[in-house]
Amino acid sequence: MFIINCPFCGERDQSEFKAGGEAHIIRPKQPTELSDDEWAEYLFMRKNIKGVQFERWNHIHGCRKWFNLVRDTSNDEIKAVYKMDEKPPTY
Amino acid sequence: MSNKYSFLSLIKNAFSHHENWGKAWKDPEPKKEYEAVIVGGGGHGLATAYYLAKKHNMKNIAVIEKGWIGGGNTGRNTTIIRSNYLWDASAGLYDHALKIWENLSQELNYNVMFSQRGVMNLAHNLQDVRDLKRRTHANRLNGIDAVYLNTDQVKKFCPIINTSPYIRYPVLGGTLQKRAGTARHDAVAWGYARGADSMGVDIIQNCEVKGIKRNGDKVDGIETTKGFIKTNKIGVVAAGHSSVIADMAGLRLPLESKPLQALVSEPVKPIIDTVVMSNAVHAYVSQSDKGELVIGAGTDDYISYSQKGSHEIVEGTLNAILELYPIFSRMRMLRQWGGIVDICPDASPIISKTSIKGLYFNCGWGTGGFKATPGSGDLFAHTIANDEPHKLNAAFNINRFISGDLVDEHGAAAVAH
Repeated sequence: MFIINCPFCGERDQSEFKAGGEAHIIRPKQPTELSDDEWAEYLFMRKNIKGVQFERWNHIHGCRKWFNLVRDTSNDEIKAVYKMDEKPPTY
Repeated sequence: MSNKYSFLSLIKNAFSHHENWGKAWKDPEPKKEYEAVIVGGGGHGLATAYYLAKKHNMKNIAVIEKGWIGGGNTGRNTTIIRSNYLWDASAGLYDHALKIWENLSQELNYNVMFSQRGVMNLAHNLQDVRDLKRRTHANRLNGIDAVYLNTDQVKKFCPIINTSPYIRYPVLGGTLQKRAGTARHDAVAWGYARGADSMGVDIIQNCEVKGIKRNGDKVDGIETTKGFIKTNKIGVVAAGHSSVIADMAGLRLPLESKPLQALVSEPVKPIIDTVVMSNAVHAYVSQSDKGELVIGAGTDDYISYSQKGSHEIVEGTLNAILELYPIFSRMRMLRQWGGIVDICPDASPIISKTSIKGLYFNCGWGTGGFKATPGSGDLFAHTIANDEPHKLNAAFNINRFISGDLVDEHGAAAVAH
């Protein structure tokens, strides 16, 4: 349980948000040309990092907008918040 | 077994005030080289080592554990054992485990307190009723005992359930698996550890994996906090930390690790003599032999290794518990905790070889691995010893995420994920 600083609404309880998983997974440009291995990689394989992770969140009980978080998954500490069109910070 | 537990040994040790019971397992330092190394000293890992030694004659093996054995999810789950899964592959896997549970105390000479008190799953809406009836038929076709109960039969089987039609999610029926039940979680780890140790397996605690050494596409050994161990076979049974270990070998897994919470109440006299699960409202409850209500809450939707979950998850579960069991309204909760569960996209486990020769993974058990402990160990041992899966775990290979041949137990497995 933690507080998330929504870039649009400000600080709110995490229970107002929905986690959207790993960020920056790029949708294949030409899906018809993908091999089964590449589909598996895109659809299922995840970094599942213990440590600093870049991830997507949606403020479902608020502005309903998507944004990105940088969070340490070993202790749930949030390092940074940035909008979808912003460059990810370096960690 | 050097130190067999029996009525006679109990009497003998009574004369020395129970102060001279031998150690149940040794505490060795790692050797330079092993035939196989199991990473993770939980129930599944210890069971794997036990069956490797017992059925496959691999005795020069070690189990390495970061903390103490049984200190992870083995000691954190709600101990429910059942095999009423929908799909054939899952039914085969979980019923294989249930059959081993039925004789496990005798086999291990260790009381795992397996209690076939039955598991009842409730239906709260029409779709639940249809799904539960379908699952009952599927179970029976697979030779797994299952009966469908109407509301009155549910009430008769567990009288403290509120079956009033006026609650928000009324009980419309349920299923019952009578062979299902619970076991003492710690005893399972300790029993397997003692059994494996007596056959020569080294159980090495406080020993964390730091790296996996590869020689081309084969494993060569394992770096640990107690030094390098040479081995050609590594079986990883690290639950929530599977992805962390896979990363050391340059392997990608389809897992997400999330906190799953449980809680127990203050101990009270016997009030509920079965296990009742309700996935529509997410309320799972049973009573331990100590008298505590054991309540399973849900997972958070974000990845975390913190072993802490969100408060609203607990609150939601207790809301549902109180509506179904108004008698518990004044119970106080004693302890609450979280474990980190590794969840596969299809909510089924992976017991599999990998693209690296000699590296095997047993993971992805998600929210329901405890019930499978003996079967999982048996089948994983078979997979490691023969470098080929057993027919019961062939469907649970890692390549199913490439072929698309998933075992989709999300929603089908009589449990909410």
